[in-house]
Amino acid sequence: MKSSVITFPGSNCDRDMDVALKKFGFKNKMVWHNDTELPKSDLVVLPGGFSYGDYLRCGSMASKSKIMKSVLNFANSGGMVMGICNGFQILVETGLVPGVLLRNKYLEFICKNVFVKINNKKNTYFKNMDNDVLEFHIAHNEGNYFCTKDQLKEIEDNEQVAINYCNRDGDLEEQFNPNGSIKNIAGIFNKEKNVLGMMPHPERMIDASLSGEDGSLFFNNLINNLK
Amino acid sequence: MKISVIITLKKDVLDPQGKVIHQTLGGMGFNDINEVRQGKYFEIDSKESDPKIAKDKVEEMCKKLLANLVIENYKIIDAQ
Repeated sequence: MKSSVITFPGSNCDRDMDVALKKFGFKNKMVWHNDTELPKSDLVVLPGGFSYGDYLRCGSMASKSKIMKSVLNFANSGGMVMGICNGFQILVETGLVPGVLLRNKYLEFICKNVFVKINNKKNTYFKNMDNDVLEFHIAHNEGNYFCTKDQLKEIEDNEQVAINYCNRDGDLEEQFNPNGSIKNIAGIFNKEKNVLGMMPHPERMIDASLSGEDGSLFFNNLINNLK
Repeated sequence: MKISVIITLKKDVLDPQGKVIHQTLGGMGFNDINEVRQGKYFEIDSKESDPKIAKDKVEEMCKKLLANLVIENYKIIDAQ
Protein backbone atom coordinates (compact mmCIF):
# COMPACT_ATOMS: atom_id res chain seq x y z
CA MET A 1 0.00 0.00 0.00
CA LYS A 2 1.28 3.42 -0.93
CA SER A 3 0.80 6.53 1.14
CA SER A 4 1.77 10.20 0.89
CA VAL A 5 2.25 12.67 3.71
CA ILE A 6 2.06 16.35 2.77
CA THR A 7 4.52 18.68 4.47
CA PHE A 8 3.47 22.32 4.80
CA PRO A 9 5.70 25.04 6.20
CA GLY A 10 5.08 24.61 9.93
CA SER A 11 3.97 20.96 9.85
CA ASN A 12 5.64 19.14 12.74
CA CYS A 13 3.97 15.73 12.91
CA ASP A 14 4.83 14.81 9.33
CA ARG A 15 7.84 12.68 10.24
CA ASP A 16 6.00 10.96 13.11
CA MET A 17 3.32 10.05 10.61
CA ASP A 18 5.97 8.80 8.16
CA VAL A 19 7.43 6.54 10.90
CA ALA A 20 3.98 5.25 11.85
CA LEU A 21 2.88 4.50 8.29
CA LYS A 22 6.13 2.67 7.47
CA LYS A 23 5.99 0.68 10.70
CA PHE A 24 2.66 -0.82 9.63
CA GLY A 25 3.66 -1.58 6.06
CA PHE A 26 2.90 1.50 3.99
CA LYS A 27 5.41 2.60 1.37
CA ASN A 28 5.30 6.26 2.28
CA LYS A 29 6.44 9.31 0.36
CA MET A 30 6.81 12.83 1.73
CA VAL A 31 5.29 15.47 -0.54
CA TRP A 32 6.12 19.18 -0.38
CA HIS A 33 3.21 21.66 -0.32
CA ASN A 34 4.54 23.50 -3.37
CA ASP A 35 4.48 20.37 -5.55
CA THR A 36 1.56 20.13 -7.91
CA GLU A 37 1.24 16.38 -8.39
CA LEU A 38 0.52 13.66 -5.88
CA PRO A 39 2.48 10.42 -6.23
CA LYS A 40 0.27 7.38 -6.80
CA SER A 41 -1.28 6.80 -3.38
CA ASP A 42 -3.80 4.61 -1.60
CA LEU A 43 -3.85 7.06 1.31
CA VAL A 44 -2.96 10.74 1.61
CA VAL A 45 -2.30 12.21 5.05
CA LEU A 46 -2.38 15.87 6.07
CA PRO A 47 -0.29 15.85 9.25
CA GLY A 48 -0.45 17.85 12.46
CA GLY A 49 1.50 20.98 13.22
CA PHE A 50 1.09 24.71 12.79
CA SER A 51 1.04 25.24 9.03
CA TYR A 52 1.81 28.87 8.14
CA GLY A 53 2.04 29.68 11.85
CA ASP A 54 -1.75 29.35 12.17
CA TYR A 55 -2.02 32.79 10.50
CA LEU A 56 -5.53 34.12 9.77
CA ARG A 57 -7.29 30.90 10.82
CA CYS A 58 -5.67 27.53 11.51
CA GLY A 59 -5.30 25.65 8.24
CA SER A 60 -6.64 28.48 6.06
CA MET A 61 -3.39 29.22 4.22
CA ALA A 62 -2.43 25.57 3.78
CA SER A 63 -5.86 24.84 2.31
CA LYS A 64 -4.97 27.13 -0.62
CA SER A 65 -1.47 25.73 -1.27
CA LYS A 66 -0.53 24.27 -4.66
CA ILE A 67 -0.65 20.57 -3.74
CA MET A 68 -4.17 20.92 -2.32
CA LYS A 69 -5.68 21.06 -5.81
CA SER A 70 -4.42 17.52 -6.43
CA VAL A 71 -5.52 16.44 -2.94
CA LEU A 72 -9.02 17.82 -3.62
CA ASN A 73 -9.21 15.99 -6.95
CA PHE A 74 -7.95 12.81 -5.31
CA ALA A 75 -10.54 13.07 -2.51
CA ASN A 76 -13.38 13.97 -4.86
CA SER A 77 -12.65 10.91 -6.98
CA GLY A 78 -12.94 8.66 -3.90
CA GLY A 79 -9.31 8.65 -2.70
CA MET A 80 -8.63 8.13 1.00
CA VAL A 81 -7.56 11.38 2.69
CA MET A 82 -6.92 11.60 6.42
CA GLY A 83 -6.26 14.87 8.25
CA ILE A 84 -4.88 14.74 11.79
CA CYS A 85 -5.06 17.79 14.09
CA ASN A 86 -3.82 20.69 11.90
CA GLY A 87 -4.62 18.37 8.99
CA PHE A 88 -8.24 18.29 10.20
CA GLN A 89 -8.20 22.10 10.38
CA ILE A 90 -6.93 22.18 6.79
CA LEU A 91 -9.70 19.77 5.70
CA VAL A 92 -12.46 21.94 7.15
CA GLU A 93 -10.95 25.00 5.46
CA THR A 94 -11.02 23.21 2.09
CA GLY A 95 -14.65 22.27 2.69
CA LEU A 96 -13.91 18.55 2.22
CA VAL A 97 -15.48 17.96 5.64
CA PRO A 98 -18.18 20.22 7.11
CA GLY A 99 -17.86 22.58 10.09
CA VAL A 100 -14.98 24.52 11.64
CA LEU A 101 -12.55 24.18 14.55
CA LEU A 102 -12.73 27.06 17.00
CA ARG A 103 -10.43 28.04 19.85
CA ASN A 104 -10.75 25.60 22.78
CA LYS A 105 -13.59 26.54 25.12
CA TYR A 106 -11.35 27.34 28.11
CA LEU A 107 -8.67 29.08 26.00
CA GLU A 108 -6.00 26.56 26.96
CA PHE A 109 -3.63 24.59 24.78
CA ILE A 110 -4.51 21.00 25.67
CA CYS A 111 -1.85 18.29 25.57
CA LYS A 112 -2.92 14.98 27.08
CA ASN A 113 -4.22 11.49 26.40
CA VAL A 114 -7.93 11.14 25.79
CA PHE A 115 -10.34 8.31 25.05
CA VAL A 116 -12.45 8.32 21.94
CA LYS A 117 -15.38 6.12 21.01
CA ILE A 118 -15.77 4.95 17.45
CA ASN A 119 -19.20 6.09 16.30
CA ASN A 120 -19.28 4.53 12.86
CA LYS A 121 -17.49 1.37 11.70
CA LYS A 122 -19.10 1.17 8.27
CA ASN A 123 -16.09 2.69 6.54
CA THR A 124 -12.54 1.83 5.48
CA TYR A 125 -10.98 3.58 8.48
CA PHE A 126 -12.69 1.69 11.30
CA LYS A 127 -14.23 -1.41 9.68
CA ASN A 128 -13.27 -4.62 11.58
CA MET A 129 -11.94 -2.78 14.64
CA ASP A 130 -12.51 -4.99 17.69
CA ASN A 131 -12.26 -2.08 20.13
CA ASP A 132 -14.98 0.51 20.50
CA VAL A 133 -12.87 2.83 22.64
CA LEU A 134 -9.33 3.93 21.81
CA GLU A 135 -6.79 5.93 23.80
CA PHE A 136 -5.18 8.60 21.63
CA HIS A 137 -3.20 11.77 22.29
CA ILE A 138 -4.39 15.32 21.66
CA ALA A 139 -2.30 18.50 21.48
CA HIS A 140 -4.17 21.52 20.19
CA ASN A 141 -5.39 25.04 20.83
CA GLU A 142 -8.17 25.05 18.23
CA GLY A 143 -10.03 21.75 18.41
CA ASN A 144 -13.44 22.99 19.44
CA TYR A 145 -15.62 21.51 16.69
CA PHE A 146 -18.49 23.73 15.63
CA CYS A 147 -21.09 23.64 12.90
CA THR A 148 -24.52 25.12 12.30
CA LYS A 149 -27.66 23.32 13.47
CA ASP A 150 -28.57 22.44 9.88
CA GLN A 151 -25.08 21.07 9.26
CA LEU A 152 -25.21 19.03 12.47
CA LYS A 153 -28.49 17.47 11.40
CA GLU A 154 -27.03 16.61 8.00
CA ILE A 155 -23.85 15.20 9.59
CA GLU A 156 -25.86 13.00 11.93
CA ASP A 157 -28.35 11.91 9.27
CA ASN A 158 -25.45 10.83 7.05
CA GLU A 159 -23.61 9.12 9.94
CA GLN A 160 -20.58 11.36 9.41
CA VAL A 161 -19.47 11.50 13.05
CA ALA A 162 -16.38 9.27 13.21
CA ILE A 163 -15.28 9.49 16.85
CA ASN A 164 -16.42 11.23 20.03
CA TYR A 165 -14.50 12.12 23.20
CA CYS A 166 -15.46 9.79 26.06
CA ASN A 167 -14.06 8.12 29.17
CA ARG A 168 -12.32 4.74 29.45
CA ASP A 169 -15.70 3.00 29.44
CA GLY A 170 -17.00 4.85 26.40
CA ASP A 171 -19.40 7.16 28.27
CA LEU A 172 -20.05 10.29 26.23
CA GLU A 173 -20.67 12.78 29.04
CA GLU A 174 -19.88 16.48 28.65
CA GLN A 175 -17.23 16.21 31.40
CA PHE A 176 -15.11 14.03 29.07
CA ASN A 177 -15.16 16.73 26.41
CA PRO A 178 -11.76 18.44 26.60
CA ASN A 179 -12.32 21.41 24.30
CA GLY A 180 -16.02 22.26 24.04
CA SER A 181 -16.72 20.48 20.74
CA ILE A 182 -20.38 20.10 19.80
CA LYS A 183 -21.60 16.66 20.93
CA ASN A 184 -18.03 15.67 21.97
CA ILE A 185 -17.10 15.36 18.29
CA ALA A 186 -13.41 14.49 17.87
CA GLY A 187 -13.47 13.44 14.22
CA ILE A 188 -15.80 13.47 11.23
CA PHE A 189 -16.06 12.03 7.73
CA ASN A 190 -17.19 13.53 4.48
CA LYS A 191 -20.48 12.13 3.18
CA GLU A 192 -18.77 9.33 1.25
CA LYS A 193 -16.54 8.38 4.26
CA ASN A 194 -13.31 8.42 2.24
CA VAL A 195 -12.16 11.63 3.94
CA LEU A 196 -11.55 11.59 7.70
CA GLY A 197 -10.56 14.56 9.84
CA MET A 198 -9.76 14.09 13.51
CA MET A 199 -8.02 16.04 16.28
CA PRO A 200 -6.40 13.05 18.10
CA HIS A 201 -3.02 11.74 16.97
CA PRO A 202 -2.97 7.95 16.38
CA GLU A 203 0.67 8.23 15.23
CA ARG A 204 1.67 9.12 18.79
CA MET A 205 0.35 5.80 20.13
CA ILE A 206 2.39 3.19 18.29
CA ASP A 207 4.94 2.15 20.89
CA ALA A 208 4.10 0.26 24.09
CA SER A 209 7.12 1.54 25.98
CA LEU A 210 6.72 5.21 24.99
CA SER A 211 2.99 5.78 24.91
CA GLY A 212 0.44 3.11 24.16
CA GLU A 213 -0.54 0.93 21.26
CA ASP A 214 -4.05 1.98 20.35
CA GLY A 215 -2.56 3.81 17.37
CA SER A 216 -0.98 0.51 16.30
CA LEU A 217 -4.44 -1.08 16.33
CA PHE A 218 -5.71 1.76 14.15
CA PHE A 219 -2.92 1.64 11.52
CA ASN A 220 -2.84 -2.18 11.38
CA ASN A 221 -6.56 -2.26 10.81
CA LEU A 222 -6.39 0.55 8.24
CA ILE A 223 -3.76 -1.13 6.05
CA ASN A 224 -5.64 -4.44 6.20
CA ASN A 225 -8.85 -2.69 5.16
CA LEU A 226 -7.04 -1.07 2.22
CA LYS A 227 -5.54 -4.33 0.92
CA MET B 1 -7.12 52.38 -3.59
CA LYS B 2 -7.45 51.35 0.05
CA ILE B 3 -10.28 49.11 1.11
CA SER B 4 -11.04 48.09 4.69
CA VAL B 5 -12.72 44.90 5.78
CA ILE B 6 -14.12 43.95 9.16
CA ILE B 7 -14.69 40.30 10.01
CA THR B 8 -16.99 39.50 12.90
CA LEU B 9 -18.13 36.24 14.47
CA LYS B 10 -21.72 35.28 13.74
CA LYS B 11 -24.18 35.76 16.57
CA ASP B 12 -24.55 32.17 17.73
CA VAL B 13 -20.81 31.36 17.66
CA LEU B 14 -19.14 31.20 21.06
CA ASP B 15 -16.37 33.80 21.47
CA PRO B 16 -14.30 32.76 24.51
CA GLN B 17 -11.73 35.52 23.93
CA GLY B 18 -14.45 38.17 23.88
CA LYS B 19 -15.82 36.69 27.13
CA VAL B 20 -12.46 36.95 28.87
CA ILE B 21 -11.98 40.52 27.64
CA HIS B 22 -15.46 41.31 28.98
CA GLN B 23 -14.58 39.81 32.39
CA THR B 24 -11.26 41.66 32.54
CA LEU B 25 -12.91 44.96 31.67
CA GLY B 26 -15.42 44.26 34.46
CA GLY B 27 -12.55 43.65 36.86
CA MET B 28 -11.07 47.02 35.85
CA GLY B 29 -14.27 48.77 36.80
CA PHE B 30 -16.01 48.93 33.42
CA ASN B 31 -19.23 47.46 34.73
CA ASP B 32 -21.75 48.71 32.18
CA ILE B 33 -20.91 46.28 29.35
CA ASN B 34 -23.43 43.78 27.99
CA GLU B 35 -21.07 41.81 25.78
CA VAL B 36 -17.68 41.96 24.00
CA ARG B 37 -17.13 40.25 20.64
CA GLN B 38 -13.66 40.09 19.12
CA GLY B 39 -13.14 40.34 15.37
CA LYS B 40 -10.54 41.06 12.68
CA TYR B 41 -9.74 44.13 10.61
CA PHE B 42 -7.94 44.23 7.25
CA GLU B 43 -6.61 47.12 5.18
CA ILE B 44 -6.15 46.13 1.57
CA ASP B 45 -4.22 48.48 -0.71
CA SER B 46 -5.31 47.53 -4.22
CA LYS B 47 -3.69 48.50 -7.53
CA GLU B 48 -7.17 48.64 -9.05
CA SER B 49 -8.39 52.23 -9.55
CA ASP B 50 -12.04 51.48 -10.34
CA PRO B 51 -13.82 51.38 -6.94
CA LYS B 52 -16.54 49.02 -8.14
CA ILE B 53 -14.08 46.46 -9.53
CA ALA B 54 -11.80 46.79 -6.49
CA LYS B 55 -14.70 46.25 -4.11
CA ASP B 56 -15.93 43.21 -6.05
CA LYS B 57 -12.43 41.71 -5.89
CA VAL B 58 -12.24 42.27 -2.14
CA GLU B 59 -15.65 40.68 -1.75
CA GLU B 60 -14.33 37.61 -3.58
CA MET B 61 -11.26 37.60 -1.28
CA CYS B 62 -13.56 37.68 1.75
CA LYS B 63 -15.57 34.72 0.50
CA LYS B 64 -12.55 32.65 -0.55
CA LEU B 65 -10.01 33.38 2.19
CA LEU B 66 -10.45 36.26 4.62
CA ALA B 67 -13.64 34.99 6.25
CA ASN B 68 -14.91 31.51 7.03
CA LEU B 69 -18.59 31.92 6.27
CA VAL B 70 -19.62 29.06 8.56
CA ILE B 71 -18.76 31.20 11.58
CA GLU B 72 -17.93 34.69 10.34
CA ASN B 73 -19.54 37.66 8.59
CA TYR B 74 -17.58 40.23 6.61
CA LYS B 75 -18.26 43.88 5.97
CA ILE B 76 -16.44 46.03 3.45
CA ILE B 77 -16.49 49.37 5.23
CA ASP B 78 -14.42 51.77 3.18
CA ALA B 79 -13.33 52.23 -0.43
CA GLN B 80 -11.40 55.39 -1.20
